[in-house]
Amino acid sequence: MSADVDLQNISVTFGNFYAAKNVSVKIQEGEFFSFLGPSGCGKTTLLRAISGFLEPSDGKILIGGQDMSGIRPNKRPTSLIFQNLALFPLMSVADNIAFSLEVRGISKLERRKRADELLELIALTGQGDKKVHELSGGQKQRVAIARALAIEPEVLLLDEPLSALDLKLRQKMRTELRAIQKRVGITFIYITHDQGEALTMSDRVAVMNEGELEQVGLSDEVYNNPQTPFVASFVGENNPFYGKVISKEKNLVQVDCQGKTFIANSGHIENSKKHSFSKGQEVILFIRPESIFIKNKSNKLDNIFKAKLKTIEFEGNLKNIYLNLDSNSNIKFSVPNAVDTSGLVSDKEIELTFSSEKAIVLPKGSLAVD
Amino acid sequence: MKYFFDKNGPLVATYFLIAIVFWLVFLIIIPQLYMLDLSFRPNLPPLLRGGPDDIHTLAHYKHFIFGSETNTDRFNYVDIGVFFNTIFTAICVTIINLCFCYPIAFYMAKVAGPNTSRLLIVSLIIPFWINELLRSFALRILFAGEGVINNFLLGTGFIDTGINFIAMDIALYTGLTYAYILLMIFPLYNAIESLDINQLEAAKDLGSSPIRTHLRIVIPHAKAGIASGCTMVFMLTAGALATPVVLSSPNTYWFTQLIYQWFNMNDNWSRGSAYSILLLSISVVFVLLMMRLFKVKIGEIIK
Repeated sequence: MSADVDLQNISVTFGNFYAAKNVSVKIQEGEFFSFLGPSGCGKTTLLRAISGFLEPSDGKILIGGQDMSGIRPNKRPTSLIFQNLALFPLMSVADNIAFSLEVRGISKLERRKRADELLELIALTGQGDKKVHELSGGQKQRVAIARALAIEPEVLLLDEPLSALDLKLRQKMRTELRAIQKRVGITFIYITHDQGEALTMSDRVAVMNEGELEQVGLSDEVYNNPQTPFVASFVGENNPFYGKVISKEKNLVQVDCQGKTFIANSGHIENSKKHSFSKGQEVILFIRPESIFIKNKSNKLDNIFKAKLKTIEFEGNLKNIYLNLDSNSNIKFSVPNAVDTSGLVSDKEIELTFSSEKAIVLPKGSLAVD
Repeated sequence: MKYFFDKNGPLVATYFLIAIVFWLVFLIIIPQLYMLDLSFRPNLPPLLRGGPDDIHTLAHYKHFIFGSETNTDRFNYVDIGVFFNTIFTAICVTIINLCFCYPIAFYMAKVAGPNTSRLLIVSLIIPFWINELLRSFALRILFAGEGVINNFLLGTGFIDTGINFIAMDIALYTGLTYAYILLMIFPLYNAIESLDINQLEAAKDLGSSPIRTHLRIVIPHAKAGIASGCTMVFMLTAGALATPVVLSSPNTYWFTQLIYQWFNMNDNWSRGSAYSILLLSISVVFVLLMMRLFKVKIGEIIK
C-alpha cells in the first residue's frame, strides 16, 4: 500500500524564525521524492512535521487524503529512517527489524518469519542473529530500511541516511535504495543536501532555501531549467555572469556583462512559462562548466569571450580549468581528461565559446553560498 | 613501566608511582590485611600480645553465629538478626533509591533542556554541602513525634493522633535513601545521557509505548550505570553509621552499630574486625551478584 502526501501551506516557526515557510507540494503515490537544500534550509523540519515529531505552526498535512494534525508519529502510516540510522545496538539484527512487530504483540515465530522475509529483500539472508556492530556501514543502512519497512508503512521518510557512508558505498546505496523503492512500491520522501543523490534517485526533486520551496520538478528539469539563481547555483555547478538586458527576441535574451555581450535562453519562471525581461533589467546569466569550450575552428559557438587562465585542477575523469574574466569574476569549465592541456599556461589569454542554447538568463537574486 | 617514565618524564612519573603505591599499600592493603588477621586472634591485653596465647582462632566468627565462643547449642539470633536486617534494609533502600532516581536521572538527561538540567544538578548537590550527621538530625526534627510533619498534619486536621515515624522506621528509610541519592543519580544520569536521542524517537516512530521503550532501550543501555549506582548505594547504606544512630527506632539496630560497640565501648578490636570482615564480605557478594544480574563487567561498573 502506498499513499500520496499533500503538504498544504506548511509553516513551522521557532519563535520569530521560520524553519519552513508556506510550503505547498503534493507528493504522488509511489513516488521517490527528494527535498534538496543546504543545511539549515528547513528540509529536516519538514520531514519531522510529516513524520509527526513536530506539529506545523500553520498549514495541513494530508497523507492518503487524511488530515494528520494531532496524530502522533506511531499512529501515522509513515516510517522514518534517521540520519544516524538509530539502530538498537543491544539487539540482534532480526530483533531490530521486528521491533515494530514486537510492540504490536505479534508472536515470536511470526516476527522471525517477517524478519527473514525482509532480510531477503535487503540481501542479508541468514544474518538475523548477528549483532548490529558486526555489520558493515552499507549493511546497517539496509537493516535500517528493513526495520522501517517491517510495519508496512505507506510512506517511508529518509533523513540523509547515506551521509555517513564513503563515496563508493554511497553511490552503490543510491542504486540499491532506488531498487528497493521500486520493489516495495511505496512513496519515499528523501532529504539530502547532496544534489547528486537527489538527481540520481528521485522522480521529482524539491529544492529548498531558507524554509521556502524554490523549485519542484523532475530531476533533469531542475538541472536543465533552474527557475531561480539559487537553484541554478545550488544544483550542479554553474558560472554566473552579472549583467543587464540589452534586448529580447522570442526566447533569446541579449545581455551586457561588463562590456561583453552574450546571448542566452530566457529562463523558466514555472514549468511551462518563461521569464519575460525588460530592457536594462539586472540579470544573471548562467552557463555550466561542461558547456564551455575552448574556441577553435571546429568548435565555434554563438558566444565567444576571452579570459585569463589561472589554474588547472585534475579531478580524475575531468580537468577543471579556472580562469579570470576580469578582476572580480571567475569562470570554471571542465574538459575530459583526454584533452591535451599542455599548451595552457598560467596568465595566458584563452578564447572560450558557449552556445546560447545552453545558457540561461534569470532575474538577479541570491546565489547558493558554497 | 619504561614507557610510562618516557611518556610522563621522571619527576611526574615518580610522583604518580609513589602516590599510587602509597594509596594501594598503606591505605587499602595493609589496613585490610591487618584487620583480617586481627579478626582471627583472641582479644588480649597489650602485654600478652605476641605471647603463647596469641594464636589464630575462629572464636569471633563463632560468637557471631552461636553467641558464645565455646557453646554451639543455640544460634546468636540477635547478631544474626541484626546482620540480615541490615542487609535486607540496605537492599530495600537501594531499590527505593533506584525507583526514585531513575525518573529524575532520565528527566535531567533526556527531557529537560541544558539549563534546567544544570539547575537541577546544582539543587541536588547543594544540600550535600551539609554534613551527613546534621542532615540526619534535620530529618529527625521533621519526623519527630512533636516534629514539623506531625505538627502540620495535626494542625491541618489530616490526622487526630501523631504518627510515630521513627518507630515505624519511616524516618530511617527516608534518611538512608536520601543520604546516598547522588551516588545513584549521577551514574544513572551519565549512562542515560550517552543514549542517542534518535533511539528514543526511532522506538516511538516504530510504535513502542514509553514503558516498552524504557524496558527495551533505555534500561539495557543504562545497565552499567544502574549496577554501579546500586552497588555504591548498597555498600554505603549497609556501612552507614550516623544516619541509623540518629534515625532508627529504639528496637532497630544497624550492624555497624554492633561493630562500633565492639571497637569502642567493649574495647574488643578483634571481634569488631571479625564483624567488619563479615560486612565487607557481604558487600563483595552483592557486587558480584549485581554483575551477574546485569551481565556487566567490573570495568563497566567503575566507569
